[in-house]
Amino acid sequence: MATPIHVAGLQKAYGSRAAVDGIDLDIQRGEVFALLGPNGAGKTTTVEILEGFRRRDAGEVRVLGDDPQTAGLRWRDRLGIVLQSSTGLDLITPREALASTAKVYSRARDVDEVLAAVGLTDKAGDRIGKLSGGQRRRVDVALGIVGSPELLFLDEPTTGFDPQARRDFWELIESLAHGGTTILLTTHYLDEAEHLADRVGVIAAGRMLALDTPANLGGRASSGATVTWEDDAGTRHTERTSTPTKLVAQLAARHDGEVPGLTVTRPSLEDTYLSLIAPHLDDSAEDITLEEVTT
Amino acid sequence: MKALAIGWDRTVLELKMYFREKEAVFFSFAFPIIMLAMFAMIFDDSFGTGDAADAGVNAARFFLPGMVAAGVMLTSFQSMALSVAVERDDGTLKRLRSTPMPPVSYFLGKVGLVASTSLAQFVLLIAVARFAFGVQLPTDAGRWVSFAWVFLLGVASGTVLGIAYSSLATSSRSVGAIVIAPALILQFISGVYFAFTDLPDWLKQVASLFPLKWIAQGMRSVFFPDSWQTQEMAGTWEHGRTAIVLAGWAVAGLLVCARTFRWTKRGTT
Repeated sequence: MATPIHVAGLQKAYGSRAAVDGIDLDIQRGEVFALLGPNGAGKTTTVEILEGFRRRDAGEVRVLGDDPQTAGLRWRDRLGIVLQSSTGLDLITPREALASTAKVYSRARDVDEVLAAVGLTDKAGDRIGKLSGGQRRRVDVALGIVGSPELLFLDEPTTGFDPQARRDFWELIESLAHGGTTILLTTHYLDEAEHLADRVGVIAAGRMLALDTPANLGGRASSGATVTWEDDAGTRHTERTSTPTKLVAQLAARHDGEVPGLTVTRPSLEDTYLSLIAPHLDDSAEDITLEEVTT
Repeated sequence: MKALAIGWDRTVLELKMYFREKEAVFFSFAFPIIMLAMFAMIFDDSFGTGDAADAGVNAARFFLPGMVAAGVMLTSFQSMALSVAVERDDGTLKRLRSTPMPPVSYFLGKVGLVASTSLAQFVLLIAVARFAFGVQLPTDAGRWVSFAWVFLLGVASGTVLGIAYSSLATSSRSVGAIVIAPALILQFISGVYFAFTDLPDWLKQVASLFPLKWIAQGMRSVFFPDSWQTQEMAGTWEHGRTAIVLAGWAVAGLLVCARTFRWTKRGTT
């Protein structure tokens, strides 16, 4: 069977500005892939090309074996798309929205089962306009999964969630992934990517800067660690080293066993991410602040 | 077959949403009925004696054709232009496009919505005219045949023109002004609220370019005494020309829809 997502040399420009400038990406069946990047980096453009909403200028794209630019309804029947925000459902109930959407899919899941999966059973009969932001987002996700998609696109699914709602949502995504659904996720939350994704890709200025497992991204696992400890006088010492085990052994010998206040830290995913995108922030810094305010 | 079944399902959903939205129900569905009742009461005395009274035309009968025509425009053109523009702006269309729903089902849903609301509105209008204000309704089949094709062509052209017109609105905030203002002006110059004969000639010419004038004229031919056709611009009901103009607008609207309809907001592809 074909790879769910195959992208090679993807390019897209708006006027003279290249939004996507040569991206390669292969996502395997059953994989959860997180696409990270600042606003204006080319994330949304890339995802919308894969979803068939935008046309590419150059490159090869295959999604579930088809070219999204020409694929038809039978292709859409195998996809689930959760857009960044969807409104216009205020006047109907989650059950009505799901029942109506389920009718257009050939392998639709049971509406009650989907409502239960996203934790909306209690709200199934309420107007969507009266639900909280997090509950509405769960309606969006429910609409995305009601057709039992082979491939699910999630565009910033947990924006506006409280911590508990995010944890619940993560469990839902994990259960879908266990069921074999391939998931492409975009998010601004590094902890979300680290928790959910098998691999993450970092996009900035239309290019894929790094692509690896969350643990290894940007050489995270092998890069220097920071060791801190206290000496007998209680003064804190900090040392960056590529051989932390050796340093800790030395410290242990010096202190005769227990080293006071010992910590060994590797750079967090967020540290790695920020250092990756830092060189690309100058030209789009203004956009970012503006967009962060409005979204 | 599947597209039809989904179209039916969309019709039911569209109707639920329509009647749950109080503004739409008031401004497009109930508005002509309320206006008819108000005009009938306010102008009751003016129709007590004279030519109109001799011909059996009371105030309610005098205003009925205009209100039927206004209702056709409100439930077809205005509600389509508003709803499609808002649905494009808020992402509803994009979401629908992301599913395997056949595009034709969306339009079938809209047609089903317009057909049911305009028909229900018409039934209410003539029920109010007949039972609250004692309007004599036509009894011969020929007039109801005229009614049927004027109504059908009016609703069809209003629907496609409304969908085509929705593309002019760049955001849901501007859509109210862009749609409602021209619709209101058209109602005033097309003989909906005033007798068309009272308008200056040049305004009549302008109004004649648009469908509403012809829907109103067609409805007058249904509900007015035949002898009154001498007061029309051409001195007759002009059924042939009415059919041609309305059908022409319907075809033109359909072509514009096919060329300009977008599932996503402008500037997003």
